[in-house]
Amino acid sequence: MQFALMIYHSPEEFAIRKNDYNDPHLGAWRAYYKALVEAGVYVGANALEVPETGTTVRLREGKRTVQDGPFAETKEQLAGFIILELPSVDAALEWAARCPGASISAVEVRPLAPEAMRRGFTG
Amino acid sequence: MNGSIQEDTHRTVERVARESYGRLVAYLSSHTRDVASAEDALSNALLAALTAWPRNGVPQNPEAWLLTTARHSLIDLMRHQQVALASEPTLLLLGEDSTEMILSPEFPDERLKLLFVCAHPAIDPAMHTPLMLQTVLGLDAVRIAHAFLVSPKTMGQRLVRSKTKIRDGGIQFEVPQERELAQRLDAVLEAIYAAFGIGWDDMAGVDQRGRDLAEEAIWLGRVLLELMPGEAEVRGLLALMLHCEARRPARRGPDGRFVPLLEQDSRQWSQPMIEEAEQHLAQAPSRGRTGRFQLEAAIQSVHAERARSGRTEWAAIALFYEQLIRISPTLGTRTGYAAAVGEANGPEAGLAALDGIDPDDVSAYQPYWAVRAHLLQRLGKTAEAAAAFDRAIGLAEDPAVRQFLLQRRG
Repeated sequence: MQFALMIYHSPEEFAIRKNDYNDPHLGAWRAYYKALVEAGVYVGANALEVPETGTTVRLREGKRTVQDGPFAETKEQLAGFIILELPSVDAALEWAARCPGASISAVEVRPLAPEAMRRGFTG
Repeated sequence: MNGSIQEDTHRTVERVARESYGRLVAYLSSHTRDVASAEDALSNALLAALTAWPRNGVPQNPEAWLLTTARHSLIDLMRHQQVALASEPTLLLLGEDSTEMILSPEFPDERLKLLFVCAHPAIDPAMHTPLMLQTVLGLDAVRIAHAFLVSPKTMGQRLVRSKTKIRDGGIQFEVPQERELAQRLDAVLEAIYAAFGIGWDDMAGVDQRGRDLAEEAIWLGRVLLELMPGEAEVRGLLALMLHCEARRPARRGPDGRFVPLLEQDSRQWSQPMIEEAEQHLAQAPSRGRTGRFQLEAAIQSVHAERARSGRTEWAAIALFYEQLIRISPTLGTRTGYAAAVGEANGPEAGLAALDGIDPDDVSAYQPYWAVRAHLLQRLGKTAEAAAAFDRAIGLAEDPAVRQFLLQRRG
């Protein structure tokens, strides 16, 4: 089964991260990445730019609306995601607890949609 | 004034609930095997106490009051559910004599049977500890879910499923016969120790939840000792938990920094707890082979010696680990052995012991990588040590441990 670990940050944490790549947690993230790869559970991952760089597009009755900023106006925003291949949600929660994001802010664990459904999207 | 009486009553209910919960659930469910209904009935009784006791005063025997009320509620519940009609005569019988029985010293304490039911081989081993925490101590599913890193909804469902299995799966409320006692008792001890381990890992001193769970486990250990005073391994487990718990104040610096065992200030260890642990170890009757928990407690006892002698007898620790590996060759035991050998005979010997472990087994086992990194660093193998440190850092859950290792890695 594949799971997404979605890492959420507060504006303060985004500010620290943006600061010339002097993220104080960089060492922890790097080590976590290595542990995931060595354990053979890593599928993919990426970090996102700060939420202010987002632009949200909608089409309503043929009319476009374009909005500055992220889709949801919540304090904590998606900062990155990791996809893991694991036997169970229990194992996914264990990896989420080890994720530096869990002690910095929060990590949401969600299974990817079943493979048949994903294949339906990609054809 | 009224408010303070209510507060007092609230506290009394909480205290009685804590002390009597397991006794009452065990007693109420031992005939019907229906743990879930017994718990429902008891929570109804506790709710009723919160209204009745401030009004009428706390009854002379609160436990008997709760049992009587819970028993009525249980009969109602069962009639309502229209199930388990066959057990109704038992329930009625239970009802007639319960008050007298609970007042007399002969009131049977069925908690031992309940502990064996929770750790029954037919129950998923992963659920042994959660079941005990809930049925014997009355912890709610949400708190258990936090501790076990499971979603509260899932934990609730798993608890319900396990209790259904107890009720419908023919699991008997009984203390196992002599020939299977050792094995069955081991499952009970294992489950209690698992609760302690979770409390122990859960960031000492920072997270109140973790601290509580270690205390709950020690409480369970004491209950078990009260019920089985003659079992050496029960004393071994209690000694082990007390030895570890004694060091809690020393595990973190004033700034929350992680302090490894060897660097702990032994003056901060709790001497009364160490003494109690030593007494249990000394009292553990040695019949035949020394059990796993006695050996683990003996290892902790050697560490505790440092408070007196100022040094750690690593050779003795390695010897105890050797015996432990023969009984229980777990990853934890083998890693502990390698660490002890590394201190007693030098880092090469420690690494050789680590190399004997199958690499596939340790890909997500943090302590292995922490010990490996430490040994490689002592040998001056900087690059290899850094790689091992990374694994240990990446697998660490506790931010204080992560920080400590990042600093050591350099």
